[in-house]
Amino acid sequence: MDLLDPLLLARWQFGLTTLYHFLFVPLTLGMALTVSIFQTAWYRTGKLKWLHLTRFFGKIFLINFAMGVVTGIVQEFQFGMNWSSYSRFVGDVFGAPLAFEGLMAFFFEATFIGLWIFGWDKLPKGLHLASIWIATIGAWFSAYFILAANAFMQNPVGFKMAEDGGRAEMTDFFAVLTNPVALAALPHTLFAAFMMTMGVIISISAWHLVRRQNIDMMRSSLRYGLWGMIIAFAGVALSGDQLGLVMVSTQPMKMAAAEALFDTACGADASFSIFTLGTPDGTSELFSIRVPYLLAFLSTHTLDGCVEGINDLNALYATEMFPQFADQVDGNFAPILWITYWSFRWMIGLGAVAALTAVVGLWLTRRKAKRDVPVWAWRLAIWAWPASLLAILVGWIFTEMGRQPWIVFSLMLTEDGVSPSVPGWTVLISLVAFTAIYAILAVVEVGLIMKTAHAGPDPVPEPGSDGAEPPALEDTPTTVY
Amino acid sequence: MDLAYLWFWIVGFLFVGYFVLDGFDFGVGMSLPFLGKDDISRRQIINTIGPVWDLNETWVIVAGACLFAAFPEWYATLFSGFYLALLLILLALILRGVSFEYRHQRDGLRWKRGFDAMIVIGSAVPALLWGVAVANIVQGVPLDADHEFTGSLLTLLNPYGLLGGLTTLLLFFTHGVYFVALKTDGQVHDDARRLARRSGMLTVVVAAAFLVWTIFIAAGHGSPLMALVIAGAGIAAVTLIMSLVFNMRDREGWAFGFGAATIVAAVLTLWFALFPYVMPSSTDIANSLTIENASSTDYTLTIMSWAALIFLPLVLAYQAWTYWVFRKRVTRSRIEKAAAAVH
Ligand code: HDD
Ligand code: HEM
Ligand code: HEM
Repeated sequence: MDLLDPLLLARWQFGLTTLYHFLFVPLTLGMALTVSIFQTAWYRTGKLKWLHLTRFFGKIFLINFAMGVVTGIVQEFQFGMNWSSYSRFVGDVFGAPLAFEGLMAFFFEATFIGLWIFGWDKLPKGLHLASIWIATIGAWFSAYFILAANAFMQNPVGFKMAEDGGRAEMTDFFAVLTNPVALAALPHTLFAAFMMTMGVIISISAWHLVRRQNIDMMRSSLRYGLWGMIIAFAGVALSGDQLGLVMVSTQPMKMAAAEALFDTACGADASFSIFTLGTPDGTSELFSIRVPYLLAFLSTHTLDGCVEGINDLNALYATEMFPQFADQVDGNFAPILWITYWSFRWMIGLGAVAALTAVVGLWLTRRKAKRDVPVWAWRLAIWAWPASLLAILVGWIFTEMGRQPWIVFSLMLTEDGVSPSVPGWTVLISLVAFTAIYAILAVVEVGLIMKTAHAGPDPVPEPGSDGAEPPALEDTPTTVY
Repeated sequence: MDLAYLWFWIVGFLFVGYFVLDGFDFGVGMSLPFLGKDDISRRQIINTIGPVWDLNETWVIVAGACLFAAFPEWYATLFSGFYLALLLILLALILRGVSFEYRHQRDGLRWKRGFDAMIVIGSAVPALLWGVAVANIVQGVPLDADHEFTGSLLTLLNPYGLLGGLTTLLLFFTHGVYFVALKTDGQVHDDARRLARRSGMLTVVVAAAFLVWTIFIAAGHGSPLMALVIAGAGIAAVTLIMSLVFNMRDREGWAFGFGAATIVAAVLTLWFALFPYVMPSSTDIANSLTIENASSTDYTLTIMSWAALIFLPLVLAYQAWTYWVFRKRVTRSRIEKAAAAVH
């Protein structure tokens, strides 16, 4: 392996920086909604509790948001920097959703977040509340457009090849925007983001409750988080099921790779293995736990359906569908199997663990509960958020690694997309620089979020002043740097 | 293909917007060591751009994305070719962005000092390098027949490129200091006026040299818009001097307005000089990227045009309104009060 291979380095860089960007995005997507809901509750009821929760989770939201923004700029530039051949090839199709994202989402988000942070004393209450809602919807729009762009790489639609074969040209923007992959990925990603946010809220509430601080407020946010987690998991499972169907019809190789299924199997033979021990390439199996029919059901929604295997797909791809690429990939169109196999399982498994935490939590904190919640349960609950965040990350690793060896499925191989004019040592410099700076920032950011979370909401004023205008809001640190 | 010409100007408009808006952010950031004598005044300075720096910065994201959508070849060549310069810009923007948000999160002096330094570096590096990059685009860089850049970082550091960088550095600095004068009171405000007077003089000299050189470069490329190039350069020079005059008369609003006009005129001058190329090749002019050979299809450009037509006016409207909401000066007494409330 050549350490200065520009392709390898560019792939590592794109993967690492995107994963890093996506450490912050889910919390932004979900926390924006949460803060909007809490502020609406305050607006409606006038109860100070909701105002304090709004500002408390608002602070955490902002610390996190800053990281999402600065890492997002890198993403926007990287297509051109590291993947210039790819950019030339798809720009006519791929650029438009990115431009729409900027015009319709990022501008709204960036502007209205500013208005929200600094507008507490400058905007009428209703307008101020509207700002956070607009920022929330802006964030969701940005998720939609970026997923539509990504969906083109998974399942290219709405285009024709240019006469000289040099690039993909858009023929139907509507088809690009309603790509079935994008429509299925959007709810799945949003619900996953809500799970992660609910995990954060549960963790923080549990941290305070086990110390018997801020009990009234934290009980409210805990119940919100527990119920939210369960609803979000239901959403993730339903939309994931849908996404799986779409995936089988658009990229059957990815499903085969998710199960490391070499030979086409039908019905009971198309079993889903929950756990396998064997050689890394899946060729010989030592031990496994299998659920018959499940893979057939996931892939086709019927019990007797068939799932195509890697060998059959390879034969089909190499001879009939993509013979022009066969030599370049040595006849093997499958991604790295142990990655797809395990990332798919960890996604589902970790998500299920997080959801289970919420079910247990609801049971222990139910109104008729006779005993106090045991301390071990609180301590366990604090882990709700890393589980869901990890699930999201491995889910993306599955999606993106499972797409390999294609950069745009069926049209372009990843190795053909890289910038020819950028030498390996240059990519190495940027990879090292990003890794170093991102690592430092991660430490700073986690430290700040912990400090803010542990400090808790601003103290609730004496009883009697409830409902009164909060004192001099503009003079708190969130509104002045 | 006519839409490609329209998009040349729309992309130009987006970069104008970016340089005017983030330009003064950079200037405000760079002015910290000169104007921020104590923590209160530094907070006063940073708060002038607190609510708006993110929306200003978003202009470059939108400009980049629109460049990608409308001129994929231009985007691909430029971003891969100017790799290390862009890397430095990105790292600087990252440091600057988090510093705004994180410096007030803890009290320690070292914590704040550290972030202040990152704000200064994070503002100066892009202010310099954007100028270097744009000047090199106009001057032309080595491109092969596949439109791939064949130079290195050092290729960009030629005299004209460096002069371009120095020009944007000084122009943004002065523009930002005008903004500080406009948005603060007390000591910071007085110091800012004085500082702008001095930096403004220097800016005039450097910018004039750069603009004259640009005129010669445009003539060398046989620019079809020579008259506009000269007019643009002339307007930039006049507005720059006007801004200095108004600054001396203590009319900060006008000084800032003319400072903004200078940046508009200067960037337009560069765009006029570039036309009809988007990246002229210095190796062989036949390898150049032009508006026609770098653009997307008419279909894509039509959709993009509708999006721009609907959204750009809307964006301008709500951003203008945002500036209106935050029109008041950031006073020293308010920051002092806030500082007292936290402790
Ligand atoms: C909390 C996180 C989480 C959880 C619990 C799940 N997922 Fe997921 N999944 C994601 C988070 C995620 C993700 C990170 O958000 C992905 C990556 C790309 C995408 O659109 O969503 C994803 C991708 C993804 C894909 C790949 C789509 C593609 O490559 O085109 C499939 C088939 C599923 N998921 C299916 C499921 C199923 C059947 C689940 C059962 C409960 C499930 N996911 C739980
Ligand atoms: C935010 C969630 C995402 C994560 C965590 C993620 C992760 C990854 C990873 C791990 C790789 C490396 C794969 C490999 O080279 O083997 C990769 C590659 C890539 N991804 Fe994503 N990705 C995400 C979303 C997107 C989106 C939304 C787009 C496009 C709009 C995108 C475009 C690309 C491109 C162009 C590459 C490089 C080419 C390639 O390696 O195939 N990614 N991503
Ligand atoms: C590789 C592809 C990606 C690119 C090019 C990209 C680009 C960007 C950019 C430029 C920003 C900063 C916006 C600002 O200044 O306000 C940003 C932030 C954001 N991105 Fe991404 N992004 C990518 C992946 C994703 C994915 C997959 C999602 C969602 C599913 C997403 C959702 C968001 C959201 C919600 C924000 C708002 C700020 C925040 O998250 O903290 N991004 N992104």
